[in-house]
Amino acid sequence: MNNGRLYAALLGTLTVALVAIGTIWPAPSALAYSGAGSILGSSSTPQAAVESLGEEIRKQAWEKAYGSLANRTQFTEPEFVKDLTGYYPSLLTYTALDKFEVRPLHSSANEAEMELTLHWATVVGLSVSTRDLHVVRNGDRWEPEWPIVRESIVPPQVIPVNYLRWDVIYRGPGDDWGAQDVEAPHVRIVDMHPVDRAEGVVILGELLNEDVVPAYVSVSATLLSKSQSAIATEGSFDKIDHLLLPKQVTPFLIQFHNVTLSDVGSIRMNPLSALIPASADPVIEIGSEQLHPAPGASLTGQLINQSGQIVNVAHVLGTFYDKSGQVVWVADRYVDQALSPQTPVPFEIHIPEDLARNVSSQRTVVATYSFGGSQ
Amino acid sequence: MRVRLTFLFGVLAAAIAQMSLAQDARMQLPTTVEAGSAFSIPSVGNGQATLYIVGLGQVLKRSVKLGETAFFPAGSLISAGHYLVVLAGTSATQNGSFDVVSAHEPANLSFLAKPSRLPVGLHGGITGAVYVFDDYHNLISAPTPVSFELANPSSTVQKQSVVTRNGAAWAVMDSTAHQGIDKFVARVGDVYSTRVVAQVPGDPCGLKMTAQLIGQQVRLVTDPVRDCSGNAVPDGTVVTFTENYNGAQSTVDEPLKNGVAEVELSAHNGAAFSVASGIVMGNQIRWEK
Repeated sequence: MNNGRLYAALLGTLTVALVAIGTIWPAPSALAYSGAGSILGSSSTPQAAVESLGEEIRKQAWEKAYGSLANRTQFTEPEFVKDLTGYYPSLLTYTALDKFEVRPLHSSANEAEMELTLHWATVVGLSVSTRDLHVVRNGDRWEPEWPIVRESIVPPQVIPVNYLRWDVIYRGPGDDWGAQDVEAPHVRIVDMHPVDRAEGVVILGELLNEDVVPAYVSVSATLLSKSQSAIATEGSFDKIDHLLLPKQVTPFLIQFHNVTLSDVGSIRMNPLSALIPASADPVIEIGSEQLHPAPGASLTGQLINQSGQIVNVAHVLGTFYDKSGQVVWVADRYVDQALSPQTPVPFEIHIPEDLARNVSSQRTVVATYSFGGSQ
Repeated sequence: MRVRLTFLFGVLAAAIAQMSLAQDARMQLPTTVEAGSAFSIPSVGNGQATLYIVGLGQVLKRSVKLGETAFFPAGSLISAGHYLVVLAGTSATQNGSFDVVSAHEPANLSFLAKPSRLPVGLHGGITGAVYVFDDYHNLISAPTPVSFELANPSSTVQKQSVVTRNGAAWAVMDSTAHQGIDKFVARVGDVYSTRVVAQVPGDPCGLKMTAQLIGQQVRLVTDPVRDCSGNAVPDGTVVTFTENYNGAQSTVDEPLKNGVAEVELSAHNGAAFSVASGIVMGNQIRWEK
C-alpha cells in the first residue's frame, strides 16, 4: 500500500516536471504547430532555406515567405502571392498547401539549384506543381530566388459574344395529364470497353449527344455475374464531361474496385441525359497536343480560351486509342490555373506506363466551369 | 342430439324465409344509367324510407315515400361504375344494383404524342395514343373512330383512322424529310387535341471545309452544314477541327454559328487539317505554303 502511494506521488511529480520543461523549452515542431515559429527556421544550407520557404507557404505566412526571397525587389508581395494562388479565382484560390518536397539539383559554394514540389489540397484532389529555385549565399545565410511567373493580364475591354444559348421551359404542374413535356436529349454510347486492372474492373467508353439540344449527361454501369445477379453499380462521377453540346462526344471511365473481369458475365450500361439551359460559350482550343512515350508517358498540350469569359476551372479529359481505334484508356486532369482569354495554359495528363505502348492516337475534350458564369 | 338437430333445421327454415322475403322486396331498377342523364327508381309498399345509392365516386341519399317513384335529375350521377342501391324502410330493407355507363358522346381526348422531338426521315418514329372520355371524364369504352393527322409545314399530311378498343386508339407515323414543327392532331367528331412534334435535322452530311491563310494562321471555314435531306443543321452543333503537324495535334470544338463553323489554327507547312461533327467525318486539307 505504501509502495503504491509512493509510485503515485512519483508519477505525479514526473508529469508536472515534464509539463514544465515542455512549456519552458518547447520543441521546434511544437512551436511551429502552435503558430509561434517554424520547424525549419534555419537558412544555413540551400536545402534548409527552401524548406523554410515551403513551410512559410504552407502556413500562408506570405510576408515572411516574401521577406526570405533574395530577388524580392523584382516583384511585389501581392505578385508573389498571386503567382502561387492565381491571378483570377481558380482551384488554387480555395486551397491550402498540404505538403512540399525539396530536392537538390545542383550545388556549389555560393549558389545552388533546388526543386520545390508543392502538393496543393484542392477540392478535386491533390494538385502538384514544381518550381526550380536558384538559391544564393548571402553571408552565412542562403536565400532562394523565386522564379516569378507573371500571368498576362487581359486589358479592360468589351468582347462581343454571340454564341448560341439554350433556355428551357418545362411543363407546368397544372398541365393536363396528357400534355407534352420537353423531350430529354437523345444520347448514345458509341464505344464501350471493359478492362481488367490491378485496382479492379474499369469500363471505358464514349458518349455522343446525337440531339440538337444540349444535354447534361452521366453514365452508370452495373456488373452482372454469370448467373445475371448484380455484382456492383458505379457511376462515372467526374470522369466525364457532363455538359454535351449537340453532336459533342465525351469519354467516360467507370471504376469498380475489388472486382475482376473473370467474375463478370455481362455489363448493363445506363446513360442518363437531361435537358438543361446551356451556352455554347466558352470555346477552348486545345493546342500543341503531344503524346510522350514511356517512361513518364503523358499527353501534354495547352488550352487557349477563345472567348471573352474567364474560365476559372478547366477539366481536361483525354481519350487514348490503339491502332484499331479502340479506346484503351481515359485519363483526366484539372488545370489549377484560370483560363484568361487568348492566354495559353499548359496541361499534362499522365498515361499508365503499361498502356502507353498501345496508345496510337488521342482525342481531348475540356469541361469548363466559371464562377458566377452564365452556364 | 335431437334438440340440436331441431334447432339447426329451425334456423335454416328462418333463413330461407328471409331470403324469399328479400327476393319479393327487390326494387325495379334500371340495368344501366348513362352518366349525367336523369333516371328514376320506383318503390313498392307503404310508409317512409331512405334511399341510398352508393358507388365508388359518389353517394346519394334521399328520403322517399314507399309506393312512389324517386326522380333524379340530369347530372345526379356522373361517375361511371357499379352502384349499390339500398332502400331502408321501417319494416324492411330492399336492395339492388345498377351500372352507370359513360355517355356516348365524346367530349374530351387525352392525347399522348411521343416523341416531341426527333430527326427527319425516321420510319415509324412518331406514336400517338388517344383515350376518349365523355363530358364527365369517363372513359368511353364503346368502339369510337379516331382520326390522326400529322401535318408538316411543307404541307405533307399523314392521316390514319383508327377505331378505339376499350377506350384507346393509337397510330404510328413517320417523320418526313423536312425539318419543322409538325402539328399532330387526334380528332373524334368535333373534339380534337393537338400536339407539336419537332422534326429536327439529322447528322451532318458531306461536311466540307475550306482553308485560307490569314497572317500566321489558317482560317478553316465549313460550307453551310446540312443533313442528308438538305436541312440546315442548327446553330450550336459542335464541329471539331483538328490539326496534325509533326506528331503534335491541336483540336477545337467549335459550335456552328449562322450555319457555319469557323476557326483559326497555326499555319504549319505540311499540317493536315480535318473536320468532323459527332461521328461524321468531313474532308481533310493538307497545308502547303
